[in-house]
Amino acid sequence: MSPRITLMTTGRVLGQIRHDPRTIGLILFVPGLLIALLRYVFDSEPMVFDRVGTMMLGIFPFTSMFLVTSIAMLRERTSGTLERLLTTPLHKLDLLLGYGIAFAVLAAFQAVAASAVAYYLLDLDTRGSVTVVMGIAVTSAVLGSSIGLFTSAFATSEFQAVQFMPVVVLPQVLLCGLFWPREEMVGWLQAASNVMPVTYSVDALLEVIAHPDPTGRLWRDVAIIAGATVVALVLGAATLRRRTP
Amino acid sequence: MAYAVEVDHLTVKRGSRTVLDGISCGVAAGKVTGLLGPSGSGKTTLMRAIVGVQKVRSGRIDVLGLPAGSAPLRRRVGYVTQSPSIYRDLTVRENARYFAALYGTGYRAADQAVADVGLSDTAGQLVSTLSGGQLARASLACALLAHPDILILDEPTVGQDPVLRQELWQRFHELADSGTTLLVSSHVMDEANRCDRLLLLREGRLFADEIPQELLRLTETDNLEDAFLQLIISQRDHARSDAGPGEQAAAARSGSSVRPGAGSDLGGAA
Repeated sequence: MSPRITLMTTGRVLGQIRHDPRTIGLILFVPGLLIALLRYVFDSEPMVFDRVGTMMLGIFPFTSMFLVTSIAMLRERTSGTLERLLTTPLHKLDLLLGYGIAFAVLAAFQAVAASAVAYYLLDLDTRGSVTVVMGIAVTSAVLGSSIGLFTSAFATSEFQAVQFMPVVVLPQVLLCGLFWPREEMVGWLQAASNVMPVTYSVDALLEVIAHPDPTGRLWRDVAIIAGATVVALVLGAATLRRRTP
Repeated sequence: MAYAVEVDHLTVKRGSRTVLDGISCGVAAGKVTGLLGPSGSGKTTLMRAIVGVQKVRSGRIDVLGLPAGSAPLRRRVGYVTQSPSIYRDLTVRENARYFAALYGTGYRAADQAVADVGLSDTAGQLVSTLSGGQLARASLACALLAHPDILILDEPTVGQDPVLRQELWQRFHELADSGTTLLVSSHVMDEANRCDRLLLLREGRLFADEIPQELLRLTETDNLEDAFLQLIISQRDHARSDAGPGEQAAAARSGSSVRPGAGSDLGGAA
């Protein structure tokens, strides 16, 4: 492993996105627009918007970075560049971390843009601070990237890769507490949501809504997200085979 | 002769199909060796095995005295795939500089390699906007910049105009003169003339491992296309005379040799 190669890989991935202004636009502005939409859906219930809007600030980066990363990695596999990279001194982890850092940077910009819209234009209100919300948004983006890197191994085409979104992302969004409090779900659904990492992003954001300062439970949630990210990266590394049939 | 690559009884299967069938050969150090054969003959598979990205069933490959694919070789072996494997959403220069960073050779080597393949004028252009020939050269540049000891080039001249093809072959020989070992595949027989040595592959078997002139002498032909044909026919005849009555028909139908190592009949072939 080499920090230089990792950072050059980050630079390369960001360079690719830099040449694609439409993708940048979609990453930066779509979450803000959707949150604005939610604001008017809940026009008569500002308290509900505070809750749902804040949770969405964690769910958007997870979903969009999952999608972008799994497609980017799939292209790397199908274009032959992955095979070529693995014949160079690059270490598998250089590649995965390079990707992870690149999308974390993108996610940070996305979080700033979406939070700015939510807090300053739409009057979203939480007891905790906006910077903590942005921090959680970035961690769930990195989680989304690492799960995307892993699942891309199971897709052989872009068609398949996008179909993984309803499989991997939707169940987590349905069970994370966004639509209905987890405590009121039947036992087996609660158990399922307990092993889904997005649950902990949303749980951490619920803590920010209710408490002015980061709580112990928030830090526990962040630690679980970090752990799930590491597990996904290790699984992702295992799917990168130097020798293929 | 000193070999930079030694292949010993290499067998590769993909599913139930045998792609390479017990191949043994060597790639001479500091020479341009041509790997020729029709499409589907196993050229790419042999190259991938030498680079160390191909799962092999049996046999061994030593590259510069180390098992193929071992970590120290990743700095010393350059590989250019048949379909250009570079990033289409980066410019030529950005691609070259990224690969230079991986090999630790620096920006100057990257820019030099881009110039060497004649792409200085398009260095700032996105790869997706390049023509097929330019794309192949950009991909080649990303391997040249590492100054590898061995260069494995899979059909590098496909789609290039004749002048450029001439220049590329000249460049390959310059590299060989400076000590680089090159293995260059092609399915165009007229490129065989430009090689120092030839490996002829057909249906996963090695037909010949010779210098071009010797091949012409042995087959009593005056061009390599005919020489290759002659080899196939003579092997088929061997197959017929060796096989029993029932097997004869099968051998004739499949058109493949059933005599492993029949290349040695041509004298001196490995």
